[in-house]
Amino acid sequence: MRITEQQPGVNKRFIDPASVSKRMDGRKITNSVFKTLFFMATLVALLVLGILFYRILSQGIGFLSADFFQNFASRFPEKAGIKAALVGSLWLMAVVAPVSMFHGIGTAIYLEEYAKKNRVNDFIRMNISNLAGVPSVVFGLLGLTIFVRALALGNSILAAGFTMSLLILPVIIVAAQEAIRAVPQHVREASYGMGATKWQTIVRVVLPSAIPGILTGSILALSRAVGETAPLIVIGVPVIIQFLPSGVMDTFTALPMQIYDWAKRPQADFQKVASAGIIVLMAFLLLMNSIAVLIRNKFQKRY
Amino acid sequence: MVQLMNRTDKETQAAVSPVEAPIRETAKPVVYDTKQLNLWYGSHHALKNIDLPIRENEVTAIIGPSGCGKSTYIKTLNRMVELVDGVRTSGEILYRGRNIFDAKYSVEELRTRVGMVFQKPNPFPKSIYDNIAYGPRIHGIKNKKILDEIVEQSLRGAAIWDEVKDRLSTNAYSLSGGQQQRICIARALAIEPDVILMDEPTSALDPISTLKVEELVQELKENYSIIIVTHNMQQAARISDKTAFFLNGEVIEFDDTNKIFQNPADQRTEDYISGRFG
Repeated sequence: MRITEQQPGVNKRFIDPASVSKRMDGRKITNSVFKTLFFMATLVALLVLGILFYRILSQGIGFLSADFFQNFASRFPEKAGIKAALVGSLWLMAVVAPVSMFHGIGTAIYLEEYAKKNRVNDFIRMNISNLAGVPSVVFGLLGLTIFVRALALGNSILAAGFTMSLLILPVIIVAAQEAIRAVPQHVREASYGMGATKWQTIVRVVLPSAIPGILTGSILALSRAVGETAPLIVIGVPVIIQFLPSGVMDTFTALPMQIYDWAKRPQADFQKVASAGIIVLMAFLLLMNSIAVLIRNKFQKRY
Repeated sequence: MVQLMNRTDKETQAAVSPVEAPIRETAKPVVYDTKQLNLWYGSHHALKNIDLPIRENEVTAIIGPSGCGKSTYIKTLNRMVELVDGVRTSGEILYRGRNIFDAKYSVEELRTRVGMVFQKPNPFPKSIYDNIAYGPRIHGIKNKKILDEIVEQSLRGAAIWDEVKDRLSTNAYSLSGGQQQRICIARALAIEPDVILMDEPTSALDPISTLKVEELVQELKENYSIIIVTHNMQQAARISDKTAFFLNGEVIEFDDTNKIFQNPADQRTEDYISGRFG
């Protein structure tokens, strides 16, 4: 490498154009190698998803009929229906949505707007994030101990709903906290500067801006609750139900439970019924996620 | 007041040089009286023994280099500084004779009497109308007719009515930065304040918008007492009646703006206004 001779009054040059262009090719190759590598990684995920979709659709589409939605569970694959599970899942949502959203958003507002920054609150914040990583079966055991046994709610919709609410609560809290934190401090100051109380500022300034983010996070968390199976198994939710629940104290079954039951039966045709059930569950989830995206796009505020 | 006038009359007669008329001659009642104010952010002593009497219907400019405590001081006047964790104060600030640090003094009440305009225009992401009506609404005014009148009067007061009267329902964010800042001034006027605090209100604006805001300040002082923090010394010289020079958390000099800029008593003030530092 040759460094140009230093002249008086001229800066010494350290970057030699010749060696820069010599290395250029190698740098570009490294760049494209990694680009290809990361594209392949994406492809693997897409491929798996594609195979899954194909298998399930090809197996289950034949069993998707009007009868499938109107029948209860049955010993005969051709008579088996998803009515009880679908209605059960809707009932579950009817409990989980209000319970988890009220507690989740309330906690987030308290932590972000009211709580002072001190060690105790930092500890709480950190633990809520950790709670989001606790396996769902552990929440199932918690629900079994507290709601099913101690509060004697049995394997009712209420007990399962409370358990599921606990499971997704950390996710909702974290999502709501992030949405609230994204509201710029200067609009809060503007509100306080006019003599607004904290509550007025939260209701009139913070929440209107944060609500799209809060709802998006909540709906995504709810769709997790729709698909969870482990807590329901631990609580002892039955799979064969020949009636629709008439209240939150009734027992019920849910989509993932029903699918799990069909999938473990020996008859080959039940595998196809399970696939049909999965299609219904995925349509359910897709619908919820679309609503979340819609809300985010429609109400997003830009500062 | 009468007593004060009598005394100043005597002083005027006794003055050696009648060319420089003493400021006390026209002294107006004190709105904000700061006495031995100290403020700490954690262990950082940000304001040191501030004594500052601020008078009615005047524009008081606060100047000083970055980090001198001028923004902290103005935010202390409506206790916005308390939004920062770990702030401690000692001493007192009397607003219309009452100590604002008094436990019984509610900050909401104080901030209703003392409007604030911030450094960066900070309208709400709502319509122009809702921005102006925000203050009256939080204080319980629901009547649409009254709100309409307040909105018009405030926008006129902030000299922006003609520019926005046909689009009151559009989002305030669609306006230019200078217009947004005047919307924020109008929003402060809508709570019918006694004092308006302005924290570098033109620092984010272009020269023409700055000029408009400066003209507006001149008009507003007829009805309001204005305290304005500014980085811009020419601005302080142009629009203020009194100027306080802050340095390292202390008030170095507080006097008539003319006096500060033409004949400062302290060497540090002179160095600062002549651009030797800061």
